Amino acid sequence: MKRIYLDHAATTPLHPEVAQAMLPYFSDRFGNASTLYSYGQEAREAVEEARGKVASLAGARSPQEIFFTGGGTESDNFAIGGIAWANQKKGDHIITSAIEHHAVLNTCKFLQKRGFKVTYLPVDHDGFVDPDDIIKVITNKTILISIMHANNEVGTLEPIAEIGKIARDNGVYFHTDAVQSFGHIPLRVDELNVDLLSASGHKLYGPKGVGMLYIRKGTKIVPFLYGGDQENKRRAGTENVPGIVGFGKACEIAAGGMTEESSRLGNLRDQFIKGILEKVEFIQLNGHPATRLPGNVNVSVKYVEGESMLLKLDGKGICASSGSACTSSILEPSHVLSAMGVPPDVAHSSLRFTLGRENTEADVDVVLGVLPEIVKGLRLMSPLYHEK
Amino acid sequence: MRTYSEKVMDHFNNPRNMGEIENPDGVGKVGNPVCGDIMNLFIRVENGRIIDARFKTFGCGAAIATSSMVTQMIKGKTLGEALEISNRAVAEALDGLPPIKMHCSVLAEEALKSAIDDYFKKKELSQDVHG
Repeated sequence: MKRIYLDHAATTPLHPEVAQAMLPYFSDRFGNASTLYSYGQEAREAVEEARGKVASLAGARSPQEIFFTGGGTESDNFAIGGIAWANQKKGDHIITSAIEHHAVLNTCKFLQKRGFKVTYLPVDHDGFVDPDDIIKVITNKTILISIMHANNEVGTLEPIAEIGKIARDNGVYFHTDAVQSFGHIPLRVDELNVDLLSASGHKLYGPKGVGMLYIRKGTKIVPFLYGGDQENKRRAGTENVPGIVGFGKACEIAAGGMTEESSRLGNLRDQFIKGILEKVEFIQLNGHPATRLPGNVNVSVKYVEGESMLLKLDGKGICASSGSACTSSILEPSHVLSAMGVPPDVAHSSLRFTLGRENTEADVDVVLGVLPEIVKGLRLMSPLYHEK
Repeated sequence: MRTYSEKVMDHFNNPRNMGEIENPDGVGKVGNPVCGDIMNLFIRVENGRIIDARFKTFGCGAAIATSSMVTQMIKGKTLGEALEISNRAVAEALDGLPPIKMHCSVLAEEALKSAIDDYFKKKELSQDVHG
């Protein structure tokens, strides 16, 4: 059975050119980048070349503003914890949103236990944070604002530049989790007015286990890991050279065709959304129809639970995801959909398809071909459908 | 999702006794939209024995499979025997459930108890009327 992968927001397949670029650093060029002899220097050059590529994709003024990490979660932890601990004398207040990734939310919750005050801003029914809300809650004790660039579940793109301007006008550091958008839509840290930006390698056809935190020069932040001098003493530990090389290569490839690819995926997404709304009744699109990631389709198929649809889709070789929390240990539905005002039963009925570089119209047609039957079968079983 | 046993997948893909019973002798409606599982269990009782059982469920694969399995397990059993069926027994009959899905088997047991409870309440009412 041909498999159709539609879960690129979870992870992406390694680009073959990325794999090729990484291979020598697992074997011949195995050196520790901190050593003086030729093996070490090869590794050092490769790391710095990658740093330059990542910096260029982020629009950083200097590659020295890019700090390699172990992934998106680490970058978020580093940014929020690092700013909080370094700026305690100035204040103890952090502003974030209710729809952030758990890497942000759970870091904030930990800091709350350590005495920091956190405001979780609400979002509207499309998932937008209102910049005016930031103005309302910001105080002279606010030290950090952290709002994601693109939401991982519904793909909504937040008004980052506008929020960044408010942060700057108030002298508050601004972090954005750009894990879902980096390498998929053009972004530049100066245009977004951000001081810190998180990204992850495996979301843009790079390897897992590597990410980066952009830290604007002059930002007061405490190190994430203590040890050697690596990453300008802010993130100690021998560099993951193959991972970093792969991340750099992935950024270079993304930079090359981003405009074309994001417009191709945007069209495919719109076709997908149009088709699914036509073919399946009692269905709603979650998130904004246009201001969303090019590859993101998130719908609620009412009266049917998400995981049961995923299992049926998997039976047809289609790999998708659900905002249903039934797969996790907590039973509450997605915090993102709940914050958007989606009722619990409708939130449990969500399906997320995230398109990527290998997906074509034919893939979308296959899904649109099998989904109505799957939904029909499960609705026959559903007490909610009967009672509607 | 691969942590589901073949038996769970079999009952999920080919659910037994799916549907409703018209004018059932007992109905158990358990679960709620917040936790994402809603189970309706219908029973037909004759001479203290469950002669038919059907279900309708909104829920994950495990919720559907446990619903299907519990209907199969109680058919032909006396009410006393059915009341002895525990959630663990349902899970074991499915060759186990992932730990985070055990609540689905609890729901199946609750649905069964609630359906039998409903049967006794209805019976009492009808005896009141006739008596």
